[in-house]
Amino acid sequence: MSAPSTRGITRGLRLFAGAEAQLVPQARLSGPMPWVIAIMVALTAIALAAGLALGNTVTAATAEIEGGVTVQLVEPRLEVRDAQARRAADTLTRLPGVLSTRLVPQDEVDGLIEPWLGSGIETATGSAIPIPALIDVRLRGAADREQVTRIERALAAVAPSARVDAQANWLRPVFDAIVSLQWLAIALMALLTVALTAAVLLAVRSALGVNRDTIEIVHLLGGTDTQIARVFQRSIGFDAAGGGTVGLALAMLVILGLGRRFAGLGAGMVDNGALVWTDWLLLALVPLLATVLAMVTARFTVMHALRKML
Amino acid sequence: MSRTAGGEIIHFDNVGLRYGTDREVLSDLSFTLFGGKFYFLTGASGAGKTSLLKLLYLAQRPSRGIIRMFGKDAITMPRSALPTLRRRIGVVFQDFRLVQHLSAFDNVALPLRVAGFAEREIAGPVSDILEWVGLADKRESRPASLSGGEQQRVAIARAVIGRPDMLVADEPTGNVDPDMAVKLLRLFELLNRQGTTVVVATHDVHLLRKVPESLIMRLDRGRLSDPTGALRYPPRRMVPGEGA
Repeated sequence: MSAPSTRGITRGLRLFAGAEAQLVPQARLSGPMPWVIAIMVALTAIALAAGLALGNTVTAATAEIEGGVTVQLVEPRLEVRDAQARRAADTLTRLPGVLSTRLVPQDEVDGLIEPWLGSGIETATGSAIPIPALIDVRLRGAADREQVTRIERALAAVAPSARVDAQANWLRPVFDAIVSLQWLAIALMALLTVALTAAVLLAVRSALGVNRDTIEIVHLLGGTDTQIARVFQRSIGFDAAGGGTVGLALAMLVILGLGRRFAGLGAGMVDNGALVWTDWLLLALVPLLATVLAMVTARFTVMHALRKML
Repeated sequence: MSRTAGGEIIHFDNVGLRYGTDREVLSDLSFTLFGGKFYFLTGASGAGKTSLLKLLYLAQRPSRGIIRMFGKDAITMPRSALPTLRRRIGVVFQDFRLVQHLSAFDNVALPLRVAGFAEREIAGPVSDILEWVGLADKRESRPASLSGGEQQRVAIARAVIGRPDMLVADEPTGNVDPDMAVKLLRLFELLNRQGTTVVVATHDVHLLRKVPESLIMRLDRGRLSDPTGALRYPPRRMVPGEGA
């Protein structure tokens, strides 16, 4: 940093902080620190955004399929299958705890298998591949083991070919994987926090070494540890606030860019991962927390180092 | 007049100082400094003058002995109490120790800022003292652009700006011309008359004669030469050739 700009910062600091702000030259304290903090904040914000998006995905998907049960009627004979399907749908509609039932239309079932088997297969007539009839059931509560057993019992008489599956069971491995990714995001944030703390600690130690003479003089003139610590704390605070803002802006660009890409996929589960306003608020807190962390680290580091001096 | 005038402000009792495991650089120092007095500390190079001054301005703790400063035990007092005590002591370092990134004005203002004075209270006195030491036109200059003598005058201005109870100066006239040396001594005397205890380390014997009321402390290889006990008991004047 050039001398004039150092003087500019110093004068600016004096407006906020009083005279001790200029005890240590600002340029010597800063160095690459704002950029290090910018990178840390950007990575942390991206990790946090990923964690929040994954959390939203799980929450939305869980809410959607928690009470969902799929009844498959596995019967090769078309007439029997249709008859069992209708009876099963009737029975389920009357069953306590069932919110709704929907017999999935045959063309919709055909549409589901079309990507694998292609079109033109006469599944409906049973002349080609027999495809089960599907009933989508929504329960008031979660589709736990007890509920599934209750439905199986209710259907045993009217539709012996019925197979009952809680939808949550199919996606449990996916959820588990997502939760693992969430933990990974949390671990990344923790690591970045540690890295930020270490970077500030090293920068402050280095600045203390470079400014040792000045600090000794200030001490001998009656300066207190707190006064000296405030200089470093304030300087790191400015660095962290500036770097944090830049880092957040970078992260926002990345998050919005990725969000647009994922939105383009049109996949329902991914769409559910969109960040809500509280998530954006949390992201905005990242540079603020980084600034507080950096300032606290700087203060403790300086106070600890000064205790070793007379 | 300072409230310390006349009373004991510094008391050393059997003080010794060694750096690391080397032999003691100061040994068995026992003396008392009284408020409002003017002391010269003399001795050959390496006699321990700077080390003794370091003990006086609390830059160093002794290896043994008792030091009482302004009525407080300086050995056992917590670190947190040192700044208050240090603000009562003005120091002129032998190597000036100016803060290189600050202007002459800001260097002189430093003790006042550290003591928490408002900027409006600082500007006037700092400008006055800079004018007094002949550096009014160099107020914005950084130490690197000042000559040795100018730096020394800034250092002296910084030491006296806070009107300390005790002024400790290590060879304060070493880098100035004779006229300025006399002028600076007059400043020290002026402060002394206002109640500030002055301790000036020098090996310039001519300087001693310029302050007739001064008391002499002579260090010889880390030991205080005080054959008459003048430093232990009510001090009287000792000049080379008159008693020491």
